[in-house]
Amino acid sequence: METDLWAVTGILLVAALTVLIGTFGGRMSRYTSDFLVASRTVGPRWNAAAISGEYLSAASFLGIAGLILKEGPDALWYPVGFTVGFLALLLFVAAPLRRSGAYTLPDFAEARLGSVRLRRVATIFVIIIGWLYLVPQLQGAGLTLSTVTGYPLWVGAAVVAVIVIFNVVSGGMRSITFVQAFQYWLKLSALAVPVFVLLIYQAGEDAEFRDSLGAQAPPFFTTDTTVDVETDVVLQVESPMLLEATGTVDGLAADGPVYWAPGRHQVAEGAELRFSAGSRVPVVAGAPVDNEDWLQPLSSGAMPLFATYSLIVGLALGTMGLPHVLVRFYTNPDGRAARATTVVVLGLLGLFYVFPTISGVLARLYVPKLLVSGNTDAAVLLLPGQVLSGWPGHLLGAVVAGGAFAAFLSTASGLVVSIAGVLSTDALPGRVSDFRLAAVVAGMIPLAFALAASELDLSQSVGLAFAVAASSFCPLLVLGIWWRGLTDTGAAAGLVVGGGLSFAAVLPAALGVVSPFWEALLAQPAAYTVPIAFLTMVLVSRATPERVPADVSRILLRLHAPDRLGLSQDRGVARFGMTTVALPRTKGGRHRR
Amino acid sequence: MTDPLAMLQQTPQAKPGKRVRIVLAEQRRTRRVVRTLAEVEGQTGVGEVLVRQLIRAQLLLALRLGLLTVAVLFAIPLAFALVPSLGTASIVGLRLPWLLLGLGVYPFLLAVAWSYNRTAERNEQDFAEMVES
Repeated sequence: METDLWAVTGILLVAALTVLIGTFGGRMSRYTSDFLVASRTVGPRWNAAAISGEYLSAASFLGIAGLILKEGPDALWYPVGFTVGFLALLLFVAAPLRRSGAYTLPDFAEARLGSVRLRRVATIFVIIIGWLYLVPQLQGAGLTLSTVTGYPLWVGAAVVAVIVIFNVVSGGMRSITFVQAFQYWLKLSALAVPVFVLLIYQAGEDAEFRDSLGAQAPPFFTTDTTVDVETDVVLQVESPMLLEATGTVDGLAADGPVYWAPGRHQVAEGAELRFSAGSRVPVVAGAPVDNEDWLQPLSSGAMPLFATYSLIVGLALGTMGLPHVLVRFYTNPDGRAARATTVVVLGLLGLFYVFPTISGVLARLYVPKLLVSGNTDAAVLLLPGQVLSGWPGHLLGAVVAGGAFAAFLSTASGLVVSIAGVLSTDALPGRVSDFRLAAVVAGMIPLAFALAASELDLSQSVGLAFAVAASSFCPLLVLGIWWRGLTDTGAAAGLVVGGGLSFAAVLPAALGVVSPFWEALLAQPAAYTVPIAFLTMVLVSRATPERVPADVSRILLRLHAPDRLGLSQDRGVARFGMTTVALPRTKGGRHRR
Repeated sequence: MTDPLAMLQQTPQAKPGKRVRIVLAEQRRTRRVVRTLAEVEGQTGVGEVLVRQLIRAQLLLALRLGLLTVAVLFAIPLAFALVPSLGTASIVGLRLPWLLLGLGVYPFLLAVAWSYNRTAERNEQDFAEMVES
């Protein structure tokens, strides 16, 4: 594939802006508190944009449109779940979490239950979840760059990792806040503008073509199309078809015309398939084939209803366990601001998710070839160039590529900040230099994993991180905030059992080594691992009542008392080696209320 | 609460003759509450009861709205499974599932969040007034 200079320019522009804004914001960062929580001075609007900017990862920007292209309305549960997560966070966690005065999730665990051992367990889970989430971001970056430039996959991953580490090292949370808020609006525009242009263009197409989306037939190729198969795929064919192929097809070497009878056909890695305009698109096995089926809900998988429910549970409860999201809540000035922030986030997310949905539908019309290669995550990237010829297509393609890059940068930045935060305060003495060292470690190790591990669908591999978060930190936070009887032993047991089970369940499904029934049960484990985690925490806590902290009433009061009573206090400043942490509050008055 | 006018307006039920405290510029809210804080924090009978009431009120509120949301969301796939014709129904040219999941869910979530915020803050205000009076 030739290098698309337009797209490369778009990506470079975003990268340069990111570094620029980060450096500008980072100049003000001096204290550990600046690095960890931007000294708690971020107002609701900035913070909401930053949270959304951070949260809308590669999975949202690229993955959702890809899944919609493949699976239809069932995939809409992903954005819904991602958004519901913030509602759950608002209802059960947001304000009390901020009032706890903690700096990180493990810090909250220690503040609530007074156990350093529990803190260590929580630290390990923050790192696991953070890395699980970082790997797909870096892989997505590789995919984006290789789609638009043809560079090998590792280049994009390495570029993102280096930029993120540079930014985090230079300014920590303070610079990241500006970067992420900027990136929300960038991402929104990068999807919305192309979608509007394409919708206007598409309205001018003839009605028969547009109505083909509802036809009882698979999508068809609008032009002569060549598909390079990059990984082995099994394709589902509905009606007999002719195509040309080079490479290994159905176990035989092919070079020239091939006839496919209805049924399943295997295409090996490295094969090239050539379809003529108007021929029907063979679809990756397991996904709905006919457009009419695709338009309907519950059309894929062995147990669609169970999978849907489990997905909702996992995404809704997983959000509150994501360390990079939680750490942003600590940057609010008080509990009320934390609530206001969450409501704004819900609005911003709802606004954003309209556009990947429309992109996915348009992709079914215009880039069905991705259904053949299975590389559906590239749908958003390829759509503009496929619909519009000449410079408009290139320009919009560049905008989308830049937006996608912003998605990786912002999410990865947030993850690296949160992992570096716990690493530097729990494994190192917690000075600013420790934070910088931790940031480098936090970014480099997942880069190594991203280069070594195989690619999964972005939304699905992110779902893995959500499942583990939902089964570990969600019960810890909810019970910790609302139930007096929680003990450190109970919390630690729940973390290990819930987090461990979900991790163990998702891995075989992710690697694709199980039968469809088990896959349905294992791939979306949240529906049973979350209750198990809650139950473990409650039962073990009940068995160890003597370990309930003596000052539990006082702690709960702090978590729930209205802000104006002034009961909330920042945690253990001395831990971080800088007793001057509270000072910056009196400056930078713009965000004070 | 920074706006003193808004504070006045939010306590219209103050009985005639009851003194209303007007704060023109809220300082770092400390000294004033130290006394009542001691009572609440000391977990003497009254303070402890007030705190438990606040936490219970907030939890019930969160559970109520949470259950409402779960019921609505879980009903959607169930309805599509039980009544397949719903999955193919269309309104103004758009299929119902797409319209519902792609667009309709978000205003609903926003409304739930907004109403939670209002009530949760009212609960806290009630508590603060009881502690401060």
